Amino acid sequence: MSGRYLHVDPTLCVGHRLCAEMLPELITLDDFGYPIISADPVPRHLGRLARRTVGACPALALVMDGNPSRRARRDEPRPVPPSG
Amino acid sequence: MTLVAPAAPGELRVPRSGPWNQRLLAGPKLGGAEPLADHVGRLGGGITDWTGRAGHHQLLERVRRSGLRGRGGGGFPTAEKLAAVRRHGPGSVVVANGSETEPAAGKDDLLLRLRPHLVLDGLLAATRILGARQAFLVAHTAPAVAAVEAALRERPDVPIPVEVVRGPTNFVGGEETALIRWLEGGQALPRYQPPRVVDRGWRGLPTLVQNVETLAHLGLVVRLGPEWFRGAGVADEPGTMLVTLSGAVEAPGVYEVPIGTPLPEVLYVAGADPGAVALLVGGYFGSWLRAPDVQRLTLSRSGLRPAGATPGAGVLHLLPQGTCGLRESGRILAWLAAQGARQCGPCAFGLPAMASALNEVAKTGSEAALEQLERWGDQIEGRGACRHPDGAVNLARSAASAFPDELRRHRSGACGGYRPSLLSLPPAPDPQ
Ligand SMILES: Cc1cc2nc3c(=O)[nH]c(=O)nc-3n(C[C@H](O)[C@H](O)[C@H](O)COP(=O)(O)O)c2cc1C
Ligand code: SF4
Ligand code: SF4
Repeated sequence: MSGRYLHVDPTLCVGHRLCAEMLPELITLDDFGYPIISADPVPRHLGRLARRTVGACPALALVMDGNPSRRARRDEPRPVPPSG
Repeated sequence: MTLVAPAAPGELRVPRSGPWNQRLLAGPKLGGAEPLADHVGRLGGGITDWTGRAGHHQLLERVRRSGLRGRGGGGFPTAEKLAAVRRHGPGSVVVANGSETEPAAGKDDLLLRLRPHLVLDGLLAATRILGARQAFLVAHTAPAVAAVEAALRERPDVPIPVEVVRGPTNFVGGEETALIRWLEGGQALPRYQPPRVVDRGWRGLPTLVQNVETLAHLGLVVRLGPEWFRGAGVADEPGTMLVTLSGAVEAPGVYEVPIGTPLPEVLYVAGADPGAVALLVGGYFGSWLRAPDVQRLTLSRSGLRPAGATPGAGVLHLLPQGTCGLRESGRILAWLAAQGARQCGPCAFGLPAMASALNEVAKTGSEAALEQLERWGDQIEGRGACRHPDGAVNLARSAASAFPDELRRHRSGACGGYRPSLLSLPPAPDPQ
């Protein structure tokens, strides 16, 4: 099985911080109270907890799928500047 | 060391195919939009005379072999995007993005006003490759809308509805998902991806969003072929690009340059002040280059990589003598922070915090504020729904490292910045 990754839709997330309390191994908070999701695949032993955390987010902002994290893709051209 | 002494001829890595302005801006310069008859006469027939004989596979293959990359800032290979939309079969949507919401930019507007048929050629070629059923062309100004509408009325070869729209004015409104929402009648605010717009865009249909300059090149590629296209530029980034030059130059404006042209040459042509402080490449999401970098680097993605910069959408601003790069960067960052769509926490709270930190750095050279800037940049990067915060973080990082002398001066309470800015930072409009 290929890796599963956690993502947050930042337009939905309202910073409840619940997720960081439930899954501190993979979710920490930035200085503004919003979740920073680990770019690593969810380890097998945290799979169940990760699924529960996704279900617990009151804003339905969390998803888990097979797409690698956007933050992990360091090789990608970084900024996409606007039309010049 | 001055910024713009021309590089020694031996250092020029780019064989120039001829004088500048040979492609998109070729032909007469004055008199407004080029009429269809002149356009067709100059290029030897209408675009359908060239696409008519080829199937969509062949056309797509031409684009792939040309190596054309997007001119809207991201530099993504155009053939890959076309293929991603084509995969879904016919019935997709094409959006020509000329919203050009960055205040320091002017190339898309100029292109649409002077050469609307080049852009329409590319739009129709893309439509043809995809079997699209609907197209939009978004322009920033009323004169550009008028020029394109007049050009459309002239053409006998438009098989699908092409709606010409005046675009949103908020900065993030030019981002592809924001633009699509706007074309659906909503607010010009980005959404989280996936789903990607090539899979689910306008009204859920697969959608190709392409910068208008990219489309103009695409039209020429389809007509004249990949080998011709590769006659300018560098191997992994062929062709010419439009640049908008502003700041300490005698002749600010839009220039067409072969990709890979040495920066000093670009600046020299526009009559740059040799005593200018620094060059901002890539616009307000861009990076500051000081004299040694400007002297040795070329205008391409690979050419600018050693300095951690990219050409973006070709916006270049030359910082005049007597202005302070730190203070100017603080103003840009505050402006960008205010332009965020306030949908995402890291962008809505992080960017204003970074802007105040950078302004503090600009005032006092504070070490603590510099550290905060770095910490918040690392936290915020990659965490917005769109790449607006990433661009802003890039500018902040560049400002923090490009002006070490200025920093030292500020720490001892002195600043060399006494001149008014030449940066264009209009008041923030509300997202429509
Ligand atoms: C904040 C933001 C603003 C943008 N503004 C523009 C714009 O004004 N015009 C444009 O062509 N692309 C803009 N883009 C890039 C578009 O999302 C999209 O990538 C581009 O239109 C694709 O065209 P290309 O592949 O031909 O470059 C913007 C991106 C971001 C993140
Ligand atoms: S629980 Fe949901 S809304 Fe709350 S911080 Fe986590 S992702 Fe955001
Ligand atoms: S990252 Fe910023 S600009 Fe982009 S959608 Fe989120 S709030 Fe809006």
